[in-house]
Amino acid sequence: MNWITKMFSSSLGQKLIMAITGLFLITFLIVHCTLNSLIFLNDGGVTFNAGAQFMATNPLIRIVEVVLFIGLILHVVKALLITLNNNKSRPVKYAAYDGKANSKWYSRSMGILGSLLLIFLVIHLSHFWIGTKAAQLNGTILSHNTYLELKEVFESPINVLIYLLGVISLGYHLMHGFQSAFQTLGINHKKYTPFIKSFGNVFSILISFIFAMMPIAMHFDIIK
Amino acid sequence: MSGNMNINLKVWRQKNGKSQGKLVDYKVENVSPDMSFLEMFDVLNDRLINEGKDEPIAFDHDCREGICGSCSMYINGRPHGPNQGVTTCQLHMRSFKDNDTIVVEPWRSAAFPVIKDLATNRSAFDRIIASGGFISINTGNAQDANSLPIPKGDADDSFAAAACIGCGACVAACKNSSAMLFVSAKVSQLALLPQGAPERATRVINMVAQMDAEGFGSCTNTGACEAECPKQISLTNIARLNREYYKATLFSNEG
Ligand code: HEM
Ligand code: SF4
Ligand code: FES
Repeated sequence: MNWITKMFSSSLGQKLIMAITGLFLITFLIVHCTLNSLIFLNDGGVTFNAGAQFMATNPLIRIVEVVLFIGLILHVVKALLITLNNNKSRPVKYAAYDGKANSKWYSRSMGILGSLLLIFLVIHLSHFWIGTKAAQLNGTILSHNTYLELKEVFESPINVLIYLLGVISLGYHLMHGFQSAFQTLGINHKKYTPFIKSFGNVFSILISFIFAMMPIAMHFDIIK
Repeated sequence: MSGNMNINLKVWRQKNGKSQGKLVDYKVENVSPDMSFLEMFDVLNDRLINEGKDEPIAFDHDCREGICGSCSMYINGRPHGPNQGVTTCQLHMRSFKDNDTIVVEPWRSAAFPVIKDLATNRSAFDRIIASGGFISINTGNAQDANSLPIPKGDADDSFAAAACIGCGACVAACKNSSAMLFVSAKVSQLALLPQGAPERATRVINMVAQMDAEGFGSCTNTGACEAECPKQISLTNIARLNREYYKATLFSNEG
């Protein structure tokens, strides 16, 4: 096993883990965003709740949930280790530093954007995941109304603000992260890379926009 | 002469690797816009020597025509100054304005310790090359050109990667002090040619291990290196390095 541990402790191997887990988290986001968009049907949450019930009771989804948490933890732990190590690689800083001349600000701020995301995720999970989990455990899941929970949480303008900040961090994190993951995997080709880059940007902006509309629409009672 | 400029310099002065350094102000008067950036330092050093108060400023330089890679100056927040695709020796004072203030610092990286003033020790790059950036066999006499067929595209990509002069601007520009652009150029140059094939897997594994051991950071694909590289080495080389490394570790007998 020596070559495996050597590979995954090298700087390239650690980035490989970041890229694979990052792309995996993106596939989760797509499912999450699609299901949550059911609230826009504006049917008082009937379809949305049915979707939520399905996700909360399906045994396969239980397994995927565990994999998802492992993926997230791996991503975060690797991010932390890589970022700390990278900060050590320049002990004396520049007196004059012109970062914007050669790179995008969000590509240089992935650690901060990720940390904002992490804080948001903790708040977000405490809003919804904990309630659903408790309902699963004490057997009340079939009468659990997630839609009502959404309405309650988004009544508070502070919560709406927190969600908007979280979603903006996500958008910028993905604007860099999406195409960066492909480069890390070694996929850079003049036939595909321009498409990957523009698709990544459109995807990041679109998914953040859809997520952002959810608390806004609920708060202002655009959806009942 | 008309058109000449006065330049305010803030230059990093540091006696040796152990002492503390600081930025020191110098005013250089009557600078011709046709001077190179290094010639301006020659003029300033001449003055410092004649005045006898201050030691001349130490900086690396050799060819002064953009091919040796030794002239490492971090100018106003950017390696090799404001222009694209040039080294400091090819930067001219006409790129600045009269009365400009210019901050000049050495490359900053744990792997490139300061020797004195603006001169840094870049032997970490030499050790990376020594770990695998070569071909072990003698190439012998020139062969018939068609005995080793190489696709034009591969030859072009290899040549483009071989343009790397090992200056270290990629490391200096990168927020992580990553040496990935340099290593990827050296790996690509040989991986693309049949002569490099026998040692392809060992080369990439050893060079990456040496790169990590030297204390360079890891690549987060910000692209700062490509934007600042005087030889405009492409990020596609970094993707190739990633591929070469995974392939060598997962599918070869090495590692
Ligand atoms: C929904 C959650 C998240 C998704 C979809 C996501 C996605 C990604 C992707 C695709 C990458 C690019 C991988 C690469 O460059 O090879 C990435 C990089 C990164 N992520 Fe995340 N991430 C998420 C959450 C987080 C969190 C919570 C943190 C931090 C605590 C974080 C920190 C980082 C860092 C530091 C990088 C490396 C930056 C870089 O390589 O440019 N991420 N992320
Ligand atoms: S890749 Fe470019 S910036 Fe880096 S050492 Fe080579 S020539 Fe210099
Ligand atoms: S002195 Fe040789 S490249 Fe500048």
